[in-house]
Amino acid sequence: MRPFTSHTGIGVPLRRSNVDTDQIIPAVYLKRVTRTGFADGLFAAWRSQDDFVLNQEPFRRGTVLVAGPDFGTGSSREHAVWALADYGFRVVVSARFADIFRGNAGKQGLVAAQCEQVDIESLLDLLESAPGTEVTVDLVAKVVSAKDFSAPFQVDDYTRWRLLEGLDDIGLTLRNVADIDDFEASRASWLPTTNPVMRT
Amino acid sequence: MGRTLAEKIWDAHLVRRGEGDEPDLLYIDLHLLHEVTSPQAFDGLRLAGRTVRRPELTLATEDHNVPTDGIELPIADPVSRTQVEALRRNCTEFGVRLYPMGSAEQGIVHVIGPQLGLTQPGMTVVCGDSHTSTHGAFGSIAFGIGTSEVEHVLATQTLPLRPFRTMAITIDGTADRLPSSVTAKDLILATIARIGTNGAQGHIIEYRGAVVEALSMEARMTVCNMSIEAGARAGVIAPDEVTFAYLRGRPHAPQGAEWDAAIASWRSLRSDDDAQFDTEVRIDADTLAPFVTWGTNPGQGLPLDGRVPDPETLHDEDSRAAARRALAYMDLTPGTPLKRIRVDTVFLGSCTNGRIEDLRAAAAVLNGRRVAPGVRMLVVPGSMRVRAQAEAEGLHEVFLAAGAQWRSAGCSMCLGMNPDQLRPGERSASTSNRNFEGRQGRGGRTHLVSPLVAAATAVRGTLSAPEDLA
Ligand code: SF4
Repeated sequence: MRPFTSHTGIGVPLRRSNVDTDQIIPAVYLKRVTRTGFADGLFAAWRSQDDFVLNQEPFRRGTVLVAGPDFGTGSSREHAVWALADYGFRVVVSARFADIFRGNAGKQGLVAAQCEQVDIESLLDLLESAPGTEVTVDLVAKVVSAKDFSAPFQVDDYTRWRLLEGLDDIGLTLRNVADIDDFEASRASWLPTTNPVMRT
Repeated sequence: MGRTLAEKIWDAHLVRRGEGDEPDLLYIDLHLLHEVTSPQAFDGLRLAGRTVRRPELTLATEDHNVPTDGIELPIADPVSRTQVEALRRNCTEFGVRLYPMGSAEQGIVHVIGPQLGLTQPGMTVVCGDSHTSTHGAFGSIAFGIGTSEVEHVLATQTLPLRPFRTMAITIDGTADRLPSSVTAKDLILATIARIGTNGAQGHIIEYRGAVVEALSMEARMTVCNMSIEAGARAGVIAPDEVTFAYLRGRPHAPQGAEWDAAIASWRSLRSDDDAQFDTEVRIDADTLAPFVTWGTNPGQGLPLDGRVPDPETLHDEDSRAAARRALAYMDLTPGTPLKRIRVDTVFLGSCTNGRIEDLRAAAAVLNGRRVAPGVRMLVVPGSMRVRAQAEAEGLHEVFLAAGAQWRSAGCSMCLGMNPDQLRPGERSASTSNRNFEGRQGRGGRTHLVSPLVAAATAVRGTLSAPEDLA
């Protein structure tokens, strides 16, 4: 995972609330078995309409998505994060994120920056009135800024540390493998097993 | 201070308590896999040269995009086939048990876990699917995870997590049971309409009260299944005699002395009387009626006797805007009686309502009746076991005689990844759990209903309750 300290890029205003993961990446795109190549499915239904924001210059080159509240609700599909990241987004700014989406984002190096809705409104106004405005997301200071706009955002400290350091989850856990061994030694004997097939 | 049921299970699975902002490290007792959200996780393991730590705590099935007819043929859709083949290769390579298409145990992941007796009280259960909350009906902590987390559990059998907040939803009423024609599905749809699609965000919901205790295991699964649609991470119901009776004798349930030891432990799985929940909600069962959604999220629902709402009468601008967009998408006019809405398709199935009791309930309504001309009805059992049971009871004959289609097990039209889809503009009454735009096929319009309402709707061709049938 590449470390994230600060990022500056074109802000994309998405004036919609409750953007669910089916909108971010429709189910028909989930049929792949690789981790890359999901960008073409991002917001597929909306992108088929010419007036959708990502179909317009300079927004199609955007890297900071600014959306209404309750972003990423619905299914737990992580493809939603892959699609956003694959398209080039490094940050989503919203007043409220679905928990699973926020968790998935942090693990892939996509910053889910939570701002007050009033600040989001101002930022949306700014991005719409001056298309192409660059937004800077400073993870060290936890501030989103653009032109003379500036607002704090929230991200939990642990996720922030991981993002700043670019740390991988599994590697972190495996540092505690002795604790896992200990725990397994004390599990109740009646707990079920699935009787795996033999390894070939 | 006392602890809630969820907190007790959490504490019992702590491998390491996180310090400061660090999450806890939680042990996972059962990890369920399917073909859609696992290939990239196995890909990650391979890239890092890692193995599956506990293959015997892992089970895979094929459900999301398997065809539900002609299952003896190769899968026609190349991408679906690729996913299914990837799962088979991965399970063989990493030593994970898989129930493939055609196997007697194959089915929707949330139907087969409980049915095999793999889901038991007090466990932690995860799956790369948000409706994993279903398994909470057994008094376990069960929740959906993303593919990175799938990879994490495969590699370590643990997950780094922060504790969820706790919510108690108490359902009671004068009769201590649901009114007639009101099912668990109506109960949960009404609950979501009441608290909203983010009303339980970050919480694990404990459903309690006399009405919940009176529910069968399958009805409890329907309720817990849709917890996620209220924004919750999970739903849980304290295990009791109903739970134990369901589990006894199932293939993976403990036996003999182990059964006694398990029961003794399971009986302690209750919230303490002085436990504090972060949020408390009370639902009066007397006020419940058959419920149906009119919009494009599961919180946009009303009693079936109602009318399509006027967005302008809603209390805040967000709801008004959402309702306007939903009505435009659904092609509905405010004020229209819900029972006048005509459907093209009825879907009976999914991990919400694809179990034997759901099929029995629908068959009882359809018995001796016919599906209305011009309406297609798909009956898709949640698992091949459910299908076999239904056939043993002759339910399939009722469905076929009524003119419905009798299919093999899978997710089917719940999400339209296989050929079972709505065409643009088509409208369904569906026993599944999500009515999002395009969920059942691009441009398709979905009304979420119970199996009873689904069956009555199939007969009349318009949204209906069993009471509406002559
Ligand atoms: S039936 Fe529907 S909700 Fe359930 S697992 Fe399948 S796709 Fe998901």
